[in-house]
Parts: sequence; structure tokens; C-alpha cells
Amino acid sequence: MSLSIKDHEIDIVIGALRPDLTSFMSEWRPIFSRFHLIIVKDPDLKEELKIPEGFNLDVYKKPDIDCVVGTSTSTIFSGYSCRYFGYLVSRKKYIISVDDDCYPAKDNKGILVDAVAQHITNLTTPATPFFFNTLYDPFTEGADFVRGYPFSLRSGVQCALSCGLWLNLADYDAPTQALKPEERNSRYVDAVLTVPARSLMPISGINIAFNREVIGPALLPSLRLGGEGKFRWETMEDIWSGMCVKVACDHLGLGVKTGMPYVWRNDRGDAIASLRKEWEGVKLMEEVVPFFQSVRLPREATTTEDCVAEVANVVKEQLGSKDPIFARAAKAMVDWVMLWKSVGSSTSSPGA
Amino acid sequence: MNEPATAIEAAVAASPLHPLKDELDIVIPTIRNLDFLEMWRPFLQPYHLIIVQDGDPSKTIKVPNGFDYELYNRNDINRILGPKASCISFKDSACRCFGYMVSKKKYIFTIDDDCFVAKDPSGKAINALEQHIKNLLSPSTPFFFNTLYDPFAEGADFVRGYPFSLREGVSTAVSHGLWLNIPDYDAPTQLVKPLERNTRFVDAVLTIPKGTLFPMCGMNLAFDRQLIGPAMYFGLMGEGQPIGRYDDMWAGWCIKVICDHLGLGVKTGLPYIYHSKASNPFVNLRKEYKGIYWQEDIIPFFQQVVLPKDCTTVQKCYIELAKQVKEKLGKIDPYFDKLADAMVTWIQAWDGLNPTSASFSNGKTG
Repeated sequence: MSLSIKDHEIDIVIGALRPDLTSFMSEWRPIFSRFHLIIVKDPDLKEELKIPEGFNLDVYKKPDIDCVVGTSTSTIFSGYSCRYFGYLVSRKKYIISVDDDCYPAKDNKGILVDAVAQHITNLTTPATPFFFNTLYDPFTEGADFVRGYPFSLRSGVQCALSCGLWLNLADYDAPTQALKPEERNSRYVDAVLTVPARSLMPISGINIAFNREVIGPALLPSLRLGGEGKFRWETMEDIWSGMCVKVACDHLGLGVKTGMPYVWRNDRGDAIASLRKEWEGVKLMEEVVPFFQSVRLPREATTTEDCVAEVANVVKEQLGSKDPIFARAAKAMVDWVMLWKSVGSSTSSPGA
Repeated sequence: MNEPATAIEAAVAASPLHPLKDELDIVIPTIRNLDFLEMWRPFLQPYHLIIVQDGDPSKTIKVPNGFDYELYNRNDINRILGPKASCISFKDSACRCFGYMVSKKKYIFTIDDDCFVAKDPSGKAINALEQHIKNLLSPSTPFFFNTLYDPFAEGADFVRGYPFSLREGVSTAVSHGLWLNIPDYDAPTQLVKPLERNTRFVDAVLTIPKGTLFPMCGMNLAFDRQLIGPAMYFGLMGEGQPIGRYDDMWAGWCIKVICDHLGLGVKTGLPYIYHSKASNPFVNLRKEYKGIYWQEDIIPFFQQVVLPKDCTTVQKCYIELAKQVKEKLGKIDPYFDKLADAMVTWIQAWDGLNPTSASFSNGKTG
């Protein structure tokens, strides 16, 4: 697929939780080098970043973040949430974001996977959330809609979010990985599919891409665990954000795809050590999932910002009293919408 | 992967274990012969076959030696069901559902006679029945989507964020397999892409989420007869009917609505079979023509169906569905009136042949 038309419409946002990005950037160079990158340094990280030469990039560190949003607000961008600052200041149509411990994967034929190209393909072909196609993505080469698929649903809807997957260290929670310490994901599933409307799923932030113009404000830092740490096992922020995105997409008639591209996720951390911290997150999901499954947004919510504000309202009303973490998350969502409106709400016009 | 497996390749891949040997029937509709079974022999010979012979009952269907089977032609169907035989299609593979009704086993695997053993990307012959059984015997997860697909598959699990309370899953009622080579396209798509072949082996099984409908293909399908059997009616197709090639589609929409209501799961994906024969797209177009525009009304109907809480068995759900079909789809075409009546006849016939199952309740709703 030719990307030459779309290169200038893409930002690659990397949250740097570790200072030395040399091998990360070198491995991704063949794929990243033609795009503009936004690297956001975790404000809590003390060491200097090491970034190799030869990339077109902007780096944002704590002082830069403080400058844009103020020192009291900049705390929301701590840890994995630092990437949201990149989403906020980007002016491009498409954003692709991978964790800094992920590398390009190889497919079943041993060929390097161009994760950027696949995400862009996912985002620029229609999604089909209203009826399940048993041959998966009908817009992929060599596939189509199957017999029995209503013709009126074959034009699909715009795809707002593309969720990729991970070989090697899969995105399991700490209890699961601790129970199966040797388990690594070696199954390369050659498919992209649309997650049906009204079906929720855990949207991992490790390897995602989205249409910022259409869904930008819904990817947000809001749920922060008391013991949130610097390993994915110790966070739920992306899962929470993903629920908001899916609910908003379902309401606005936008699509969410999952499947390829894969990235190779390096071994890092100790699941058993993280178990102590993540237990809080695992418990919370028992409340979070039924809650989001019950959310119904009003017809008047016609923009993504509206959807986020509405969800924040409902979170405050229904979950706020159950745990202060939810009350804080609701407030963070409201604050985010305001921040987005003041800092984030413009994009360059197409072709600029 | 672009050719079917040979009988020898299948023999190499077969294991000495034949799970559910005495609990599963294989239902095959046919009008010609069953030579294709030679390729399947290493995988299927230990199992009992129910052959439903469509078309001319005076013709003799040759079954390869060594298979244990019972065979029903139209005369048998008429004799066994009497006037209720009117619900079983003639001159259409939809007649296969008679096989489901007459079986006494817990599980059914149904396959078309132009489906052969496929090969996986490593070249190994795929034991489709073994995979279907794995799918049926492991739970489904319809309430929350797992991004790593079937969490019960080897080497996979539930991902971070998946609530632990939902990890037990629910019983799997249906396992829907796929096809390499000739894909299951409708006639218009076949006409536009006559040379397209499905060569993509997607190594996944997944649960179709609750509330989502799908086009169920009957070419490579397995199900738990005790959990969902009475809803697997393949409708009125073929001779004397205005429509064809919507038998499995109709059953698929009905079973999905009922599974969603009763808290049962439907899986799709592996196993693959190798589909060898492309039917004539012009013949298909004539059969499907009405279905293509009727489905624009049928789909919203099924998407909006609400089954009352007191429908706690499959039969009760199905009768209620038949009622709603008559009320809401009857106005589209008198065919739906007939179909709704046939749905009721089917349940009566099913209960007649399966007296104890009438009191089956799986107790779960919603």
C-alpha cells in the first residue's frame, strides 16, 4: 500500500519510560524514519534520554509539559500516561503509538511487519461493526463479505481505532503471567476484524493507532491506580481509556478494529512482584466492565467531547461513591475535555 | 495449503484417539455419492454417519466400505414424519436437518459432500472434527471480547483487563468452521470475483459476542444437539419454495438469538476444510435473489427480537420466534407465514422423535 500521500498526516507518539531509546529507535528505523515522531519523556524519569540521530522528531520533557499545561496539571502525564501529552499536542490526522519495549515483529513468512502501514490500512478502510463477517476483514486482499451478509451494511463505517497485538510477551495481567511464567505468545493470527458494536473489550495501549480528528479526545489519562507503576502489569489507565473510546465509537457509529499488526514485546519486569500492585486494578475491573456495558449516551451527545463529558458524568454518579478512584477519574475526564479544547483541538488542514 | 490433503496425509495426521466416538453423529446431505469420505476416512471412520439422501429416492447412494451409517431418503422422511414431513425441504441440502432430528446423540457434525481435508500452513492434514470437538468442549466467552481470541486455546489466555468473574465462560452450543479454496460467497460476489480463492489460514477460534449476528454456513458445522438442537431448523428451501441458499443463514440467525437469550456461546474460526466445488453462480443468483433483498428486513428483525423471560427452553424460544416471524415478517411475503408454520411443525416433529428433550431446560436466561 502506498503511503506517500499519507506520510505527512501521521505522527508516531512514543512514551519514553526508559532513558535509553537507542536500540528501540534503531530497530524501528526502517519503518519509522519517514515519519514525524513525538517522543514524550515520563516526567518522573530522571536520566537524560538517549535518542539516535537521523529522525524527524520533537521531544517533550517535564519542563515542556509544564509550559504547555501548567505544573499542577502535568502530573496527569506521569508514567505510561505521558503519551497522552503527545496526542494532545499532535496536529496530525493519524497517531500510532507503541510502548518503548516493543520492537518490529516478523510474520509467519519471516518478513518484518510494517506496523505503521498495517495500522494505516486498518484506519483507512471501513469497519463493519453491525454484522460479523466470518472471513474477518472483508476489505483485505483475497477476502470479501460472505454469503448472507446484508448488502446495505457492506459500505461499513469509518474506522476510528486500530488495536494491534503482541508476540512474545502478551499483554496479560500479573496473576495470569505469574501463573504461567514461561508462556509466550507465538501464535501469529493473520487477521484483522472489526469488534462488533456494543461489544466491549480490553483495549491495550501497547500497540494502537487512531484517527485523532475523529476520536482524539476519548483517549485520555484518567484512571490512575493508587499503586500505579512503570510496568503495564501495574496499570489500568489504557483499559479504562479504551472503554471510553469503545463506548464513544459505538454511540457515534465509528468502528474499532483488532488483530494485526503484531509487535514483538520484550521480556521485562517480574509478574510476581507486580502482583501486589496490580491486584487493585484487577478488582476494579469487576466494577468497571458492568458499568461500561450499561452506559447509554444521550442522542444529544454528537461529538467525541460530548461523549467523554457524558461518560464522566455517569462515572461520577454511579461509581463515584464506590471508590474515590472513580470520582478522581471522572474529574480527570472533565478536565481533559477542557484541556483538549484549549490545547488540543486543532489539526493542520489536509495537504498542509 | 492450496490443495486438499490426500488420504495418506490424513492417515499420518490421525491420532488413535477418537473423542466422543459414541456421542457424536455426522450428518451428511447428498444426492450423488459419498466418495469424498475416502479422504476423511482416518478421521471419521470411527463415527456413526446419518446420511440424508435428497432428490430421487429410487437412486442408490454408494457409501464407502467400513463406515457405520443410517440412510434416509425422501420416502423414509415421509414415512417417519407423516404430514409433518412438510417442514423438511426437498431438492435442497436444507433437508439435512432431518438428520439432526433423528439422531440420538449429544453432538452433531455436519459437512457437505464437496468438502475435503484441508492442510495447515505446515502442510499437515487438519482433523476438522477434532477441532470442532475442542471448540464445543471448552467454554465460550460472549460477554466480553478477548483480544487474543480463544483464551482456552493452547498458548493463549485472557488478556489484561478481562474481568476474572467472566473467565469461566459459558457452554458452547455451536462451532462454526471455515473453508479454504472456494469461499462461501453469495452469487453477486461470485460473479464479480469468479477466480478468488481463500488461501488465508487464520489460526484462531473466537466467540461471537452476545448481541451480534453472523452468517452461519452449514458446510462445516458442529453443535451440541442437547443445548441447541431444536433451533437448528434449516427452513423451507428448494422445490416449491421461492428461495434457496438461505437455509443455514436462517438457522444461524435463529440459533444466535436463542443462544444469546439462554446464555450459550457460538464460536467461529478453526477448523478449516477444503471446499472444492464452486456452484454455478447463475443458478445461485436465481435461488438467492429474493433472499438478498429480504435479508434487509430479516436482519433488523433478528437484531430487534426480544424473547420473554419465561422462554427458558430452546423449544419455547423457538415457538416464540416463530410467532414473531409470522407477526413481523409475514407482511413482507406469504413465504414467511409458511415458514413460521413450518417452524412450529418442526418443533412438534422434534419433540415427537425426542420425547425426553421436551423437558430440557438449561435454566439460564439473558
